[in-house]
Amino acid sequence: MSKRAKTASKRTTKPSRRRVTRTVGAKTRSKQTLARARPAPDALDAFVDAAAHALALPAEPAWKGAIKTNLAVTLALAASFADFPLPDDAEPAPVFVA
Amino acid sequence: MDTSWAHASEIAAAVAGGRISAAEVVEAALARIAERDRVLNAFTAVVAERARAKAAAIDAARARGHTLGALAGVPFAVKNLFDVEGLPTLAGSKINRDRQPAARDATLIARLEAQGGVLVGALNMGEYAYDFTGENVHYGPSRNPHDPARMTGGSSGGSGGAVGGGLVPLALGSDTNGSIRVPASLCGTFGFKPTYGRLSRAHTFPFVASLDHVGPLARSVRDLALAYDAMQGYDHDDPVCVERPAEPVAPLIGRGADGLRIAVAGGYFRDGLFPEAKSALARVAGALGATDEVEIPEAKRARAAAYVITASEGAALHLARLRSRARDFDPAVRDRLIAGAMIPAAHVAKAQKFRRWYRERVLALFERVDAVLAPATPCSAPTIGQQTFVLDGVELNVRANLGIYTQPISFIGLPVVVVPVPLQPLPIGVQIVAAPWREDVALRIAHAVERAGVAAAGKPTFEGARK
Repeated sequence: MSKRAKTASKRTTKPSRRRVTRTVGAKTRSKQTLARARPAPDALDAFVDAAAHALALPAEPAWKGAIKTNLAVTLALAASFADFPLPDDAEPAPVFVA
Repeated sequence: MDTSWAHASEIAAAVAGGRISAAEVVEAALARIAERDRVLNAFTAVVAERARAKAAAIDAARARGHTLGALAGVPFAVKNLFDVEGLPTLAGSKINRDRQPAARDATLIARLEAQGGVLVGALNMGEYAYDFTGENVHYGPSRNPHDPARMTGGSSGGSGGAVGGGLVPLALGSDTNGSIRVPASLCGTFGFKPTYGRLSRAHTFPFVASLDHVGPLARSVRDLALAYDAMQGYDHDDPVCVERPAEPVAPLIGRGADGLRIAVAGGYFRDGLFPEAKSALARVAGALGATDEVEIPEAKRARAAAYVITASEGAALHLARLRSRARDFDPAVRDRLIAGAMIPAAHVAKAQKFRRWYRERVLALFERVDAVLAPATPCSAPTIGQQTFVLDGVELNVRANLGIYTQPISFIGLPVVVVPVPLQPLPIGVQIVAAPWREDVALRIAHAVERAGVAAAGKPTFEGARK
């Protein structure tokens, strides 16, 4: 195995003391904003259950952990731009033309 | 003539000049696919009889003295979300096997064939294009031609593998957040995502209407340009396709990069790079004499907004299938789509407003520069099945991070060419980003880097494939 290949191989096995999914922890305007946008774990569990019920989605018990994790990632990312200041009359990117 | 690693332009010239027949070219391509695809798993369907008939028609046209098209006799293949007459359009899924066979070809297939291209098959991809790895639980992973134990990248994984592995000189892919550019980077091919709305997406299976693009992968910039020129033009079947006259670029790419203002993206795009990505970027910048650095404003938030729009629109597209056939999805895709269906609409609306704000700021940047260089992927190809990689002591998710440098660019539809830098043992790509509708600028710069010998599609040895 080449030196380069060994290096690449280490990427898969190197233990990490810090388990961080960097993209999840996108910098936000303030901790308050993030706290507001990311519900507490119990609240998110309840939200997943309620949303699955309301939308008639088959969120089986074995899937809920992954669904919740994915939703938490998405909400954290949304928090990074949710309070970004834009004027009230800012137009969305897609503009319908009649 | 050995066509095993020939460029499309060389094949077309040879066929037009009578040095080889289209039938010989196609038979050689079919033989390579039969031999190498057992390892690379790039193809999900091979349309051999159709290809032979098309090749015979080209040879007959030449015999009658007809002028042949710019892609005469060039074998090509398409990501299996393009409609191919007679095949169900899989889009990488198990569920779509039950679709009726497509009644007609996608617009871009018809346009390539109108110039003499010969479709030889449909290519593997990540399920419903929600993927950066090229892995697929239903059809198996597409495998990297430079090391079959490694990812192609996705979601146009088969497109990267087929071109990088020499099965065909040209393939089509789609790119919503990086799905042409990531496999081009990891498989060491050139990849081209034109401006949003430039090429017709008609008769392809969608993913995120706000962000979906289509484009070619090839082993030379000239081949990208030839294919692009063949595919340009308005198509009323795609409401996003603009009514803009075709602007041929093949005659322009040889003009070089002199006089163009080229800068390197700083800030967000300098963070989180493995050494090979830094090296590739430095080589390309060095070849172009690009020393200025520009900051693409709020790129991190742009990536976040693209992520949210993708999750929400993707979920909306598949909501009925999630209700009726959830167990037939790849579990990783299913769980993300279900979560996407739960995103509050306010976040999606804000993301689309932010998108317009971001576009205006980035377009202002293009008043000062003509093109920006940026990494295509943070690293060369990870191992198939690898979940994380470690950078500077931080463990990062592979699936989420392979596209972090492509998402802020496609978010506002900018044209991009990925050039492959043939580092050892694995290649890696660099993005050349231009202003909207200035595909010519990105391709001229890419051609200059290619001519300087810094960018090239390296030929795999296939030692791994023989094991």
